Amino acid sequence: MTSWMKKCLVVAASAAMTVGMTAIASADDVTLEFQQWWGVELPDGALQEIVDGFTQESGVAIELLSNPYADTKTQVAAGAATGTMADVVGLDGSWVYDFAKQEAIANLSELMEADGYDDSQLSDQIKYEGSTYMIPVVNFAYPLYVNLDILEEAGVEEIPTTWTEFMDACAKISENTDYAAYCIPLNTEAPNGIQNQFSSWLWASGGSLLKDGKPGLTDNELLANLVDYFKEMKENGYLSDGVEAMHEQDMVNEFENGRLAFMVDGISHLTTIKKESPDLNFTYAPMPKADDYDGKSGLDVACWGIGIAENCEHKEEAMAFIEYMMSPEVNAKLSQLANAFPGNSTAEPDYSENDELFLKAFEIFQDGYAINEFTGAPTAEDLMRSMNEQLILYFDGDTASVDDMLAATQEAWEAAYN
Amino acid sequence: MNAKLKKKLTPYGYLLPTIILMMILLVIPIVMVIDYSLYDNVIANKNPVFVGLSNYAAVLKDSAFWTAVGHTLFFVIVSIAAHMIIGMVFALILNTRYLSTRTKGIFRAIYALPWMFTASVIAITWRMLLDPNGVLNYFILLFHLSPEKVTFLASRDIALQSVTLINIWSGYPFYMISILAGLQGISPDLYEAAALDGADAVHSFTGVTIPQLRPILISLIMLDFVWTLQQFALIWMTTGGGPVNATETVSTWIYKQGFTKFQYSMASTGAVILLIVCTIIGIFYVRHQKAEE
Repeated sequence: MTSWMKKCLVVAASAAMTVGMTAIASADDVTLEFQQWWGVELPDGALQEIVDGFTQESGVAIELLSNPYADTKTQVAAGAATGTMADVVGLDGSWVYDFAKQEAIANLSELMEADGYDDSQLSDQIKYEGSTYMIPVVNFAYPLYVNLDILEEAGVEEIPTTWTEFMDACAKISENTDYAAYCIPLNTEAPNGIQNQFSSWLWASGGSLLKDGKPGLTDNELLANLVDYFKEMKENGYLSDGVEAMHEQDMVNEFENGRLAFMVDGISHLTTIKKESPDLNFTYAPMPKADDYDGKSGLDVACWGIGIAENCEHKEEAMAFIEYMMSPEVNAKLSQLANAFPGNSTAEPDYSENDELFLKAFEIFQDGYAINEFTGAPTAEDLMRSMNEQLILYFDGDTASVDDMLAATQEAWEAAYN
Repeated sequence: MNAKLKKKLTPYGYLLPTIILMMILLVIPIVMVIDYSLYDNVIANKNPVFVGLSNYAAVLKDSAFWTAVGHTLFFVIVSIAAHMIIGMVFALILNTRYLSTRTKGIFRAIYALPWMFTASVIAITWRMLLDPNGVLNYFILLFHLSPEKVTFLASRDIALQSVTLINIWSGYPFYMISILAGLQGISPDLYEAAALDGADAVHSFTGVTIPQLRPILISLIMLDFVWTLQQFALIWMTTGGGPVNATETVSTWIYKQGFTKFQYSMASTGAVILLIVCTIIGIFYVRHQKAEE
C-alpha cells in the first residue's frame, strides 16, 4: 500500500468514526434551551431543581436561559425575528398573537394531538386562529394591596369596597397624611399600568374593553366613568407624583417604603415585599366596584406561559418537557414556589407553608373570575401604549372630553385589530 | 500556481479574515435592512410584497416621525454644545499650571467618572436623583426653589431637557479627555510668542488654543453627532420616549415600530434614513481626516 493510499484510509476511517459518534450523540444528548424570566423570580436554584427532574426522567438536558422579564421579552422578540428563538420559551399572554402570526412559535394543538395529550386538565389555553400556541403554567392574581397604617393615620376605618368609598378614603389620606393614595405607573417603556392598575378597575365592575372580540371603547359608559374617575384622582393629587415616568417596580418601591396607601399589583411580589419591608403593615382586599354594581368581580390575572419555538429541532422532546411542567405534581410545586395558582386544574398545591396573605388572595381569586383582555390581543403592548398616551393627554387637558379620548384610542386599536 | 499570481494574491489572503468579518457583521446586515425597507412588511409577514420606496414616503409623511426628528435634533445639538463647553472648561482646569499634579490627577479621575458607567447604571442613578421623592427634589423644596416637587421625567414640558441633561452628564468626559490631550500637545512657544505680542488670556485662547485644537474639535463634533443621534438605551430606560411622545427620538421610534408594532419594514426604513444621515457625516469626517493628513 502506498503512503498516499494509507493516508486516504486513515482520513476515511476518521471521518466514518466522527459521523458515527455524531449520530450516537444526537440520539442521546438532546439539549433544549429554555428561555424565561421565571428563574429570576423564583427562589435561587428552584427552577433548576424542577427541570433537573425532567432530565432524570427523560435524559433530555434542559439549559436554562433566565433573565429579567424585560430582557427576556426583547430576546424572544429578536429570536422570533431572526429564527433563533430558544427551543422552549416562557411567554406572556400579550405576546402570543404577534409571535403566532409571525409563525415564530409552534402550533401546540398539533403537537398535543400527535402526542395524545389530554388537554382537558389545562385550566386555559391561549389560541390564535383556533389553535393553541401558549399554555399558562401558573397564574398570578392582581388584588388591591392596602397599607393599613396609612389608612389608620388618615382616619379611614374600613377598607373601601366601592368607587365612592375609595375616593372618600383618598380624600382623607390626602388631607391627613403626606402619602399618596393610589398609583398608576404610566411610563411609555412598559405601559402595562393600563392593564394592571387601570383596566383592573373596569373588570372588577363587570366591564369590558372589547365588544364581540373587537375594540369597544366608545359608547362604553363604565369605561368613560372610569377615565373620569382617574382624572379626578389625578387633579385632586391623590396619585403618586410623577406617575407619567413611573414603572410598575417604582410603584412597588413606593408601597414598600410606606409612601403609598393602595396599589394593584401581582401577588408574585408578596415574598419580595415581605422580605424587604418586614414591618410594613399591609393586607389584600378585593378591587372596589362601581357603586351600582353587585355582580361577580373580574380579577386581573397575569401568567407565566410556555410555548415552543417553530425553529426548535426537537419539538417532540420540547412537548414532553411542557407536559412535564404541566403535570399535576410539578405544576403544584411550581405554583407553591411562585405564590401562584396552578395552570393544571387537577394540581393541588400545598399552600400550608405560604404566607397567610397569599391564602387571602386565593380567597379573593376564588370569589371572582380571572380575566385579562390583553392576553392574546394583537400588538397588546402597543394597545396599552396608545391608551396610556391618550390618558395622559386627557389628564393634561389636551383632549377636550372623555369621548374624544376614547374615540382616539378606539381608532388606534381598530388599526391593530384590522 | 505561478509565483507571479501567488505574489498578487498574497495580500488578499491577509485581508481575507477582515473582509469575511466585515461582510458578516457589516455588509450583509446593512443590505438586509435596506432590502427589508423595500417590502410591505417582513418577518411578521411570511409572504412580503415588494413595494419599492412607498415605505419611505409613508415614514416621511408620518407626523410622529417628524416629531421624533425634532426631538432628536434638540437632543443632539444641545448635547454636543454642552459637551463641548463643559469638556473644554474641565480640560482647561486640568491643564492649568496652578494646580499640583496630584490634585489634577484626583480631579481628572472625578471628572472622568461618568464615562466609566454603562447606560443602565446612568439611567437608574438619574431616575433616582430626579424622582419626585429623590435627592434633587429634596433640595429644591429645602431651599424653596419651587413651591412644589418638580417632575423632571414625568412632565411633558421638561422631560426632553431632563433626558438631554443626563446625556450631557454621561458624555462630556470624552471631550474633556480628548481636548486635554490636545492642550498638552500645544507648544508653549506659541503662548510665549502671543504674550510677547501683547495677547491677554482671552486672545491667547481664541488666537492660539482654539486654532490648535480645531482638528480635534471637528473630529469630536462629528463623532459625537453620530453617537448621540443613535442614543437609545439612555432614553429608553429613563422615559421610554414619553410621556406621550415628549422624548421620542428617531431611535426609540424605530424600536417601537419593530418591537411593539412588529412593523419591521417601517423600522428598517427609519434605520436606513438614520444610516444615510450618519453616512453623510461619516464622509465629511473621513474627508476632514484626509485633509488633515
